[in-house]
Amino acid sequence: MVLQALAFYVFAAVAVAAGIMVVTARNPVHSVLFLILAFFNAAGLFVLMGAEFLAMILIIVYVGAVAVLFLFVVMMLDIDFVELRQGFVKYLPVGGLIGIVLLVELFVVVGGWVSLPATKSAIAEPVREGVSNTAALGRLLYTKYVYLFQAAGLILFVAMIGAIVLTLRHREGVKRQKIAQQLKRTRAESVQLVKVKPGEGV
Amino acid sequence: MEGGFWTDFAWPAVLLVIKIVAVIVPVVLAMAWLTYAERKIIAAVQLRKGPNVVGWFGLLQPIADGVKLIFKETVIPSGANKVVFIIAPLMTFVLALVGWAVIPFGTWDGGKLVVSDINVGILYLFAISSLGVYGIIMSGWASNSRYAFLGGLRSAAQMVSYEVSIGFVLITVLLCAGSLNLSEIVLAQKERGLATVLGVPALTFLNWYWLPLLPMFVIFFISALAETNRHPFDLPEAEAELVTGYNVEYSAFTFALFFLGEYMNMILMSAMTSILFLGGWLPPLDVSWLNWIPGPIWLALKISFFLFLFILARAAYPRYRYDQLMRLGWKVFLPLTLVAVVVYAGVLLYAGWLPK
Repeated sequence: MVLQALAFYVFAAVAVAAGIMVVTARNPVHSVLFLILAFFNAAGLFVLMGAEFLAMILIIVYVGAVAVLFLFVVMMLDIDFVELRQGFVKYLPVGGLIGIVLLVELFVVVGGWVSLPATKSAIAEPVREGVSNTAALGRLLYTKYVYLFQAAGLILFVAMIGAIVLTLRHREGVKRQKIAQQLKRTRAESVQLVKVKPGEGV
Repeated sequence: MEGGFWTDFAWPAVLLVIKIVAVIVPVVLAMAWLTYAERKIIAAVQLRKGPNVVGWFGLLQPIADGVKLIFKETVIPSGANKVVFIIAPLMTFVLALVGWAVIPFGTWDGGKLVVSDINVGILYLFAISSLGVYGIIMSGWASNSRYAFLGGLRSAAQMVSYEVSIGFVLITVLLCAGSLNLSEIVLAQKERGLATVLGVPALTFLNWYWLPLLPMFVIFFISALAETNRHPFDLPEAEAELVTGYNVEYSAFTFALFFLGEYMNMILMSAMTSILFLGGWLPPLDVSWLNWIPGPIWLALKISFFLFLFILARAAYPRYRYDQLMRLGWKVFLPLTLVAVVVYAGVLLYAGWLPK
């Protein structure tokens, strides 16, 4: 138990510190790298809670794919650090407001658990002994919540098609490789035997 | 607290360290002589001799190379982002090592020879291999050099693309095995499968997933080549167009860490292929003297076979063009694996072969 507590505090402290660094780092690339560190520690916290499936999915999806694309884009930006800092004061009230709203919401939830014990029934039950995390999640998702799950999938699918349609453009005059056409080429239509007389050339 | 400090904390920690060392030392040694094997095999393909001066048949060449790299000066370019520049090779190396935590090497007295027998082992391996891209993309950016940056970008796009099809291949294996635990996947290949269906249980190699999942097996191996940035998909380090790509600014030991990381990733991917498709530590025939040979040796033999294929692919194939690489990943492998997941799931459900 001591080790668990120690691990929890390490993960939590690093996650919070990384979160602060995400917004305060001068270099946007460093911000993204700290974001990745924060994801990692969140995954560590999931493992400590016994939600190892969620932890791995968090790393695969967010760190392995989403953050890579973030990093991809941010690295290619032409960054002017002075200009980047200028908007800080302007956006401070809005950002601060959103932060305060989130904090109040958290307090309402946690306060509810403390002051109204009835709300505790909504807290997810930890996985029972003998049932693996993945199996428990699968059973719930594909039975009780199957329609919602399918609906979420459909929404993502529509979003994906939308993104493809928005970025798809056909340009004229671009040569593309057509592998089938290349394979269909025969010797007769591509090689020509020419008799060259000496001293004359083709 | 009952049990006291020694039995509760110190002794398990010491045991864990012993286990880790027992896994890592052979892996690092294998990696060192893999570089030698690669040079010898490619030399044989090209009718050359390869390294033959240091030691008998050049067997001490990896040590000489290592010593050379350690004693060189580490140069950090003045325009580089120093912290990220140093972290990048470390990350590549460490990520290549931590994947070995979940690789099962066999059974011993009923227990499993594995450092950490976690429930989601295959997802853990998948996560670790998808993280490998960070070392490369960070080094490309931190070097502050055009060639390195281009290499990093190429690598990021390539690894993200091929991860998708690897993920779908893993799902087909999971459908057959019914577990995310790597030891369970190997054991599932021992008891159920084609050999049992055909009524020849002694031919255990027919039980392994390479035969029923043959298309997936091929796709997985090709994707593994792309995922480890090996030939013919080594575009991030294409020496002809990018000098050497992401590691062009690295010297001495920082370069060595990239090099070691790449080879270690090859071994890890080979181990993963062996476990998923070639029955991990299981012997190919259920014969007593083959069963007597310990599991780690079988696993090592299977890994060596895939490493040999990795090296042969390097010797035999020219490099893909980048648009061809992307076409293969997104337009060929992704639809194929997607359809395969549906087909395999349907067949398993229809025939009632789904694992309980």
